[in-house]
Amino acid sequence: MSSSDTDSGTATDTNEQPPSATDRGDPASDPVVDIEDVTFGYTATPVVEGVSLTVESGEYVAIVGPNGSGKSTLMQLLLGLLEPDSGTARLFGERADRFDDGERVGYVAQNADVGKEMPITVREVVKMGRFPHIGFDRLVDDDQSLVAALREKPLGTTRGAVETVFGRLTRSDWAAVDDALETVGMTAFADRRITQLSGGQRQRAFIARALASQADLLVLDEPTVGVDAESVDAFYDLLAALNAEGITVVLIEHDLGAVVEHADRVVCLNRELYFDGQTEAFVESDALARAFGTEARLLTEGSE
Amino acid sequence: MSIDVAAPLVWSVFTIVDPSVLLPLQGGVGAVGDLVFGALTWLLEQWYWLMDWAYYFTRLEMLNPRYRFMHRAILVGLCIGVMAPLIGTFLVHRQLALIGDALAHTAFAGVAVGLFLNAVIDLGVSPYLTAVVVAMIAALFIEIISEVTNAYNDVSMAIVLSTGFALGTTLISLNAGGLAVGVNQYLFGNLATVSPQSAAILLVLFAVIVATVTVTRNQLLYVTFDETAAAVSGIPVNWYNRITVMLTAMVVVGAMQIMGVILVAAMLVVPVAGATQVSRSFSESLVVSVVLAELAVVLGIAVAFYAGATAGGIIVLVAVGIYVCTVAVGKVQTIRGNQTTPDVASIETDSTEASAGVGDD
Repeated sequence: MSSSDTDSGTATDTNEQPPSATDRGDPASDPVVDIEDVTFGYTATPVVEGVSLTVESGEYVAIVGPNGSGKSTLMQLLLGLLEPDSGTARLFGERADRFDDGERVGYVAQNADVGKEMPITVREVVKMGRFPHIGFDRLVDDDQSLVAALREKPLGTTRGAVETVFGRLTRSDWAAVDDALETVGMTAFADRRITQLSGGQRQRAFIARALASQADLLVLDEPTVGVDAESVDAFYDLLAALNAEGITVVLIEHDLGAVVEHADRVVCLNRELYFDGQTEAFVESDALARAFGTEARLLTEGSE
Repeated sequence: MSIDVAAPLVWSVFTIVDPSVLLPLQGGVGAVGDLVFGALTWLLEQWYWLMDWAYYFTRLEMLNPRYRFMHRAILVGLCIGVMAPLIGTFLVHRQLALIGDALAHTAFAGVAVGLFLNAVIDLGVSPYLTAVVVAMIAALFIEIISEVTNAYNDVSMAIVLSTGFALGTTLISLNAGGLAVGVNQYLFGNLATVSPQSAAILLVLFAVIVATVTVTRNQLLYVTFDETAAAVSGIPVNWYNRITVMLTAMVVVGAMQIMGVILVAAMLVVPVAGATQVSRSFSESLVVSVVLAELAVVLGIAVAFYAGATAGGIIVLVAVGIYVCTVAVGKVQTIRGNQTTPDVASIETDSTEASAGVGDD
């Protein structure tokens, strides 16, 4: 029914992204993720060693590997939550650990990691996606647009500035929240408490949060753990639809069946990079057996 | 080493440091302090006036103008009822409920430091002020330990807690003499000892806490709900964690006056736990927790006055009673909610098109 409306709505949103990206001073040609020869270890033994990985805008990349292979560590490195011991990690051409356009990156964690027993509605969760756009952090941010506006038109912008400082969402913020809810089909659930949702619905809410922040890059860490099989399919369809609209998707996953079915490109990791290329080539290669070290088979339900 | 040897020893250490060094410092801070204190005293006067009117209308004995201390206790109680659940909400949902307890015990050490300095070098500051300082330092310490070790660690919290209490008891025992008598007031709180000065300190703490939470509530919420995603979105998570624990230290010291060291953590936790049972959204839970806390405080103070019991204990008992009620209400709500939820299923609408293309195997 309203799907075409939604699609066109989000499409214009993504069309608006590039000019603002150039405003920020990074050329559109920069890869979204650029990891070069990165090594990282929590102790002396590296968890990730000599990994290089480039993700261009609009790609759908899955990172696979056995448990303890450094997938999540690599994800934290590319998000800038960890600083590499050697090598460089860059996001949108900026150093990942100093990257401060947080709204361009959406992060969806494993189901188990968040939620807890907190009383919070779906709308409030999605609203968080707007927080990087508001709040007094904006005043001290690099772009300083608000400070500049204040200097030019003190009276006119004071109200806006006060609202920004107090973290009020403007009408356009709320519109972005509603759009995001509609895109993931959760409008009917907006006022539901998040703890009452099923795993799949919850993950949709977190995707909506990323969409509300107008993220160009979606990073998902094993998003379908603890989600029932039926919702998993719907979830991947949603990811595919978002990717088709131009959002870059980086998926960390150990369900190999899902990866082969949905991703365009597979990165296979076990401390070092074992494979990086098209999904078809990955299926035919022996990278899987080498990385997992066993007779791992594709298309197994829950490969543990 | 026995107490009567140690006391003169420490005394002599402090007499070597000339107390007059502190005088100019005290002068500068004092001028600003006097101004603020004057404004707050004026505020207190207005409050007395309001309470007097309340007395003439209600004829409640506990509001009798003869009992000025009750007027102050009610004011302090109402402030606690706002700020404790306000901060507590952010703590409880991060499984940090016990940090309040740890900070209360370090605040006790701060009180002991204050009493000690007053006795030894005649510093003349309120023990609550030194408690704020010491508790905030301890809070920062706990936070930095957790940042270094990458987890809030109950071992480090237990160490800070017991260190605080040990330091407090040691300092107080060194101060042999009249001071040990006054310690009960800090351990268990007391309605009658809320002096105008400590009420003024509380008002300042209240203003700082409410203002900080108002400005940073979005970031605090994001950090509380999903720390990693908050970090990814560019929020300086560590700074907000530090702010949270330091505000907690302030709340703890503020609430200590009538709740006492031992029970102060209850105000941070119990109303929030009750609100969690019955609310659906986060903003609703904030409001509900404040309402529940105010209810507990007002009822508790009233019961304590008429029964002649310790306010802190009664307030906590009332709060727990309210919590039990909210659990029951919450259960009824979920049962009724389950009966009225067949309107699910509109979720697949926009993905049907995409799934038709991809197919399923």
